[in-house]
Amino acid sequence: MEAAPQPPGEPRRTILRHRLSTRIWHWLNALTIFVMLMSGLMIFNAHPRLYWGKAGANYDRAWLMIGATPTQGRLVIGSVVIPTTGVLGRWEDKQGRTQTRAFPYWATIPSRYSLSMARRWHLAFAWVLAIGILAYIVAILANGHARRDLAPTRDELRPRHLWRDIRDHARLRFPKGEAAARYNPLQKIAYVGVIFALIPLLVLTGLTMAPGMNAAWPWLLDVFGGRQSARSIHFLCAAFIALFILVHLIMVVLAGPINELRSMITGRFRLPRA
Amino acid sequence: MTITRRALIGSATAAGGLLLAGCDKLGANPTFHGALASAEKLTYRAQRLITDRAALAPEFAGADISPVFRSNGTRTPAGADYAAMAASHFTDWRLAVTGLVARPLSLSLADLGRMPARTQITRHDCVEGWSAIGKWTGTPLRLILNAAGLSHKARYIVFHCADRIGSATYYESIDLVDAFHPQTILAWGLNGAMLPVANGAPLRLRVERQLGYKQAKYLMGIEAVTSLAAIGAGKGGYWEDVSDYEWYAGI
Repeated sequence: MEAAPQPPGEPRRTILRHRLSTRIWHWLNALTIFVMLMSGLMIFNAHPRLYWGKAGANYDRAWLMIGATPTQGRLVIGSVVIPTTGVLGRWEDKQGRTQTRAFPYWATIPSRYSLSMARRWHLAFAWVLAIGILAYIVAILANGHARRDLAPTRDELRPRHLWRDIRDHARLRFPKGEAAARYNPLQKIAYVGVIFALIPLLVLTGLTMAPGMNAAWPWLLDVFGGRQSARSIHFLCAAFIALFILVHLIMVVLAGPINELRSMITGRFRLPRA
Repeated sequence: MTITRRALIGSATAAGGLLLAGCDKLGANPTFHGALASAEKLTYRAQRLITDRAALAPEFAGADISPVFRSNGTRTPAGADYAAMAASHFTDWRLAVTGLVARPLSLSLADLGRMPARTQITRHDCVEGWSAIGKWTGTPLRLILNAAGLSHKARYIVFHCADRIGSATYYESIDLVDAFHPQTILAWGLNGAMLPVANGAPLRLRVERQLGYKQAKYLMGIEAVTSLAAIGAGKGGYWEDVSDYEWYAGI
């Protein structure tokens, strides 16, 4: 939709862009997801191999493995071996000692190896993440945010429209004026994907790894194809979340970090000049 | 305002370092640690709330059995006592049933063999993340507790083991919901053979709705108690005492 450009010299219009529920959920998640990702990497360090199916241990075929030879770190995906010395598998700790853990100290909570402490962080914040996503989904379905602002229109999902949006993003050409008040199609798809697919999948695959939950809700195992498949899906979803955060932060910086940050803190967003 | 790449990377690294140091400090702070640890009680209560007491852990088909059942932790308990028992195929081994029971027992492997047995193909989930499927055969724990006449004062069952890690003896404990669960067995058989030493011979616990570190190997005694405070360092198990693992290992 094309909005009428503002006459030059007019003051830039400020709109209420984010409701209180969105702002609270956003900042709670900024903290929670950061803790979940980093404590999750420490948990992964305890057994840095991923399998498909019901069971999987050292002698079984892992589809992903982060390990080290006596001289170098390596990431093994299927039959592909990627050298990762210095970052994954083999790296130097704060004291300059060589360590052979999958993820380096600066990427994990806690920074020293401790599976029990990482589990304490991960399983405590998992409650915040799970209750948060549930409350937020209920809120945005009730207040119309999901339908009005997040759901892509049929027109926006047309390949021509999507392709134009992809090209605009690639050229760093962002909407100005009234058009900036609305999310663009790629943005909508990303947000809908994170809110309705990635985070719920993370919560459910997390529950599927719990032996107590397997007795309570055995259908979880059927849905995800077994405990080790659930563990693999959990890891892949976490990787997608990390990618989303990276792109999200880049977009914030490119779109004007002060205005974007202010709108997520106070709710007020100043429309960029047309 | 212009942000140079160097300044951006520099401040991001500094902020990351601060956050990490902050998280390590927070985790070590007793109050914050207590707050994190309270999630364990929440998980325990939530799972007990939504799970039927007798809800079964998934059981698998013979074709699902892992070709190798990985052993973990102690693979052979140290010491002459265990070596002598193993050399005589555990004929002089006894399981002591003590604590808050009307009739303390001392059971041989043959005694256990004469009791009704249960065979189940279940998945073992190590806290580290790997899983293996095995076929376990053993005596349901509830039959032993009933035979001993469990007191109404008992709240937990403690499992005392033959293996030591460093100076501490391995032990574990579970609540009575799991102790009387139909799949909670004292297993003496794995995959159709007698339990191998690496997997806990002559007898190990299978408490299928919890993680691997609960499945105590090399059992020597079981004890019914009201409180876990006086045993070991008081947290209810070896890994709980030594490394701060959760006592409730249902997640």
